[in-house]
Amino acid sequence: MVFDAEVFQITVLSLQISALATGLSLFIGLPLGTLLALGKFPGRSFLLSMVNTGMGLPPVVVGLFVAMMLWRSGPLGDLKLIYTPTAIIIAQVIISFPVVTGLTAAALQALDPRLRLQLYGLGASLVQMIWMLWKEARLPLLAALMAGFGSVISEVGASMMVGGNIRYQTRVLTTAIVLETGKGNFDIAIALGILLLTITFLINWALTWIQQRSAR
Amino acid sequence: MKTRSLILLLVLGLMLAACGPQATSEPAMPEAPANPTLILATTTSTQDSGLLDVIVPMFQNQTGYTVQTVAVGTGAALAMAQEGNADVLLVHAPASEIPLMESGDCKDRMLVMHNDFVIVGSPADPADIQGLEVAVDAFAMIAEAEAAFISRGDDSGTNKKELSIWTDTDSDPNTNKPAWYVESGQGMGATLVIASEKQAYTLTDRATYLANQENLDLEILVEGDAVLLNVYHVMTVNPEKWPETNYDGALAFANFMTNADTQSVIGEFGVDEFGQPLFFPDADKTDADLGL
Repeated sequence: MVFDAEVFQITVLSLQISALATGLSLFIGLPLGTLLALGKFPGRSFLLSMVNTGMGLPPVVVGLFVAMMLWRSGPLGDLKLIYTPTAIIIAQVIISFPVVTGLTAAALQALDPRLRLQLYGLGASLVQMIWMLWKEARLPLLAALMAGFGSVISEVGASMMVGGNIRYQTRVLTTAIVLETGKGNFDIAIALGILLLTITFLINWALTWIQQRSAR
Repeated sequence: MKTRSLILLLVLGLMLAACGPQATSEPAMPEAPANPTLILATTTSTQDSGLLDVIVPMFQNQTGYTVQTVAVGTGAALAMAQEGNADVLLVHAPASEIPLMESGDCKDRMLVMHNDFVIVGSPADPADIQGLEVAVDAFAMIAEAEAAFISRGDDSGTNKKELSIWTDTDSDPNTNKPAWYVESGQGMGATLVIASEKQAYTLTDRATYLANQENLDLEILVEGDAVLLNVYHVMTVNPEKWPETNYDGALAFANFMTNADTQSVIGEFGVDEFGQPLFFPDADKTDADLGL
């Protein structure tokens, strides 16, 4: 059953959506978190607390909000994104970028402040300094990446609302598990659950391996 | 060393991205129509019976439309039509469908098929309703015995039928919500699982029950009453009121559901697996023939 073509398609789709969403939230979250950690501007700590609150956003509420935006009756209805994988990616980015941002900001703030002074003293440009700080904080930053990925590969509320769990189009592992459970096919649901856990484990194993190599 | 692992990650990422949608069923398709995407709002009962998994691919292959089948409760499906969020509906709540025709939210309404509702419960049958011929009497006996009953509680077609039977008894639990009356708020499949786990009674359409029978510890106790008839219509959303909708696709789907070939597929669905059809095609009849 695991190598059934439909299960394969669902698995690949789940990974594509969550990997892309995590990548995008890294793209947003890494610079934003750096800015919040190192910058000095009015409203900084307010923004930081918003980001930290965002880490606890209930995915189903995010899904409802995005669905209301993307429905034909909503302001972005003309984009015709509702019930597409793109809609799920949008919702998942909203769910995961606060996680990545918040953990990035915490990671950078945990660095020894004298490191920054030292880098300035050695004549580093802003870009060079940020790159060095990222390298220095690579352990917690990789943890931020894993946390961001974990928050979206496992969520079901948003995927259900904006994706619609449509067969071959927007059915992902988590929504497929809900469907099979609702039909009473507990054995299939459990098998899909084990598949999801195994894949998530393998990905995090690889990322942890990278993280721990950096720990040398 | 770290560069090597990053390169490995990048290669894996590219391989993943290269896995396009493979298992989607798209053999030689006719050329796609101008607006190929169609949102079909239907009910969870229809989805759970498995009929759409057969019918929708047939429609897609024949016409080139891509159907986004969104299975929500009847209440939500009708609400979607009233906001122009769907193109075509396949629902089974005739009393609630008529207002949508009158308000101009829907344009065409065609009779598609029917099946029936049955009252199922634990083999032990604590309220002793097995074999009764009148659904209202069975419900009254359940209320009197205060036996556990699971309601859909979600404004679905099945829920509306269930509530209408309760109002004909003297002991409608919806007035005071006693402890034995449980509202699941979920689709038919999930509700049947709850009923099976709690060994309770519930009202279900025959199709969903048969499709899930092997996972359930429930038996059909009451069937055949005329009031238990479950009639499905397909309705297109009115493009004059909702210009964004794909009316051509909606009409194509409605005509597809009522054409002779599809009707015979509907009539044969389930016979191999369950020994009896799950649905009875009705496109050649009128509402009046079915007592509506």
